[in-house]
Amino acid sequence: MANGELGLQGIAKTFRVDGRLLPALDGIDLQVTPGEFITIVGASGCGKSTLLRIIAGLETDHAGAAVHDGKTIRGPSLARGLVFQEPRLFPWLTVEANVALGLENAGLSRDAKRAAVSEHIALVGLTGFENAYPRQLSGGMAQRAAIARGLVNRPGVLLLDEPFGALDAFTRTHLQEELQGIVAREGITAVLVTHDVDEAVYLGDRVVVMAPRPGRITRIVAVDEPRPRSRTAAALLHKREAVLAALDSGGRGRPEPRRLDAPDEPLRQPAAAIALQGAA
Amino acid sequence: MLSEFAMSRTTATRIRRGLTLPVLLLIVWEAASHGGLVDPRFLPPLERLAGTAWREATEGRLLGDLAASLARDLVGFAIGTVLGLGFGTLLGVSRGAERLLGPIFHAAKQVAVLAWIPIISVWFGFAETAKIVFVALAAFIPVALNTLEGVRSASVQLVEVGRALRFSRWQIVRRIFLPSAAPAILTGVHLALIYAWLATVAAEYFMTVGPGIGGLIIAGRERFQMDLVMLGVVILGCVGFALNQAATAIEARALRWRGA
Repeated sequence: MANGELGLQGIAKTFRVDGRLLPALDGIDLQVTPGEFITIVGASGCGKSTLLRIIAGLETDHAGAAVHDGKTIRGPSLARGLVFQEPRLFPWLTVEANVALGLENAGLSRDAKRAAVSEHIALVGLTGFENAYPRQLSGGMAQRAAIARGLVNRPGVLLLDEPFGALDAFTRTHLQEELQGIVAREGITAVLVTHDVDEAVYLGDRVVVMAPRPGRITRIVAVDEPRPRSRTAAALLHKREAVLAALDSGGRGRPEPRRLDAPDEPLRQPAAAIALQGAA
Repeated sequence: MLSEFAMSRTTATRIRRGLTLPVLLLIVWEAASHGGLVDPRFLPPLERLAGTAWREATEGRLLGDLAASLARDLVGFAIGTVLGLGFGTLLGVSRGAERLLGPIFHAAKQVAVLAWIPIISVWFGFAETAKIVFVALAAFIPVALNTLEGVRSASVQLVEVGRALRFSRWQIVRRIFLPSAAPAILTGVHLALIYAWLATVAAEYFMTVGPGIGGLIIAGRERFQMDLVMLGVVILGCVGFALNQAATAIEARALRWRGA
């Protein structure tokens, strides 16, 4: 298993929209220690998803260096698991086969694969649904399967791009708790992008606050509260205020209010934001 | 138990409804033939048809003809489908191939299949090879076209999952493009099965007369044996119907994951 140390130095990324250059990210520096849970919060269009895609290796055309365990990130790696906002399960494969996709290029024996798949299906609480097809799953179950696929390689780093954004409030709360437990138990590094301040504070060891135009880090709020955490702990409420204050001062405007239906309204966003969402 | 019973009952009802019209037509046919409404030489009564069928099947060439037609159909269908699958996939995944071959293909597919017969005859002769080439061409076009469209419609999001999991180009084709295209491909294969059968008959009509149901019909016409002609037509219809039913059943089974 990889260590899960991440280093970002001077990351900058520019998108070309209608022939004009729009800075999406500028001067991003961040050190992530192994086993740390980082949450990145910011308004739509602040480049947080782009930053995650750079760490994942899906975007390689950027300035600055992204380093994972001492190696420059030049493309996707099985040492970094990725979970998207949508489950993105293959509809023609069962849950079991979808999770096994993560091991397609892992070079394990058939038996080792089977064991890893059933272990990770159990880890996300989907035992008994191995042979179900994605259309038979609820949104929360589908996202659990996606998390299992992201973890099945035992990556050093798990990257999550608004993984609970499309779920109802009850399922979201439940999965946040489970994710916290899984990440702690597996001892892996996690980077989670969200626009939900409560989620960022509840899950993060450090909350990275970003502001748009160009996307940059305005503040990093450390949350030292021991786990498992209580959502109503006074310390968390303080941190929440600090994050909200940072969002207010750093960005022009707060992030959109937390809501149950995930997709952002594209009409109210500048072109750059639409480009980012399209990329995400 | 109850639902199984209900299902078998609705199936029975469906079959009964589906049979109503054909049975009525047969009754009209029989009545017209006996009642002097039409000349029995043009429309032989059913029992004569059955007699001819029995005679041709037991001592005539009917089974041999049927086997020859089916073999021609299936060989051409198999060749056309495999080539169409490869060609459609290539055009779907490779920009270069699309630019190079796309225009010719999209122009060629507009040509009515029957219009190829003179060209194929000149290039491949009138014998068995030409017939199979013609059947293969008829099967190739719908498979290639539907495969191309299916591959094109593959989800960009799933391709990104593949990239994140370090899929090779071949893995992306095999694990994402082809399964995404499966519904479209099966539609294409289904069409190919029907077109191939039609093309088999057309080839037997328009190219050299040889063993086959088409040859049987032509022989019946030349000898003015309408019972033989009608028998051939009925067999063509039945085989086409059976192929279509088989394709539908295979499609439904292969696409179980889509649900009802």
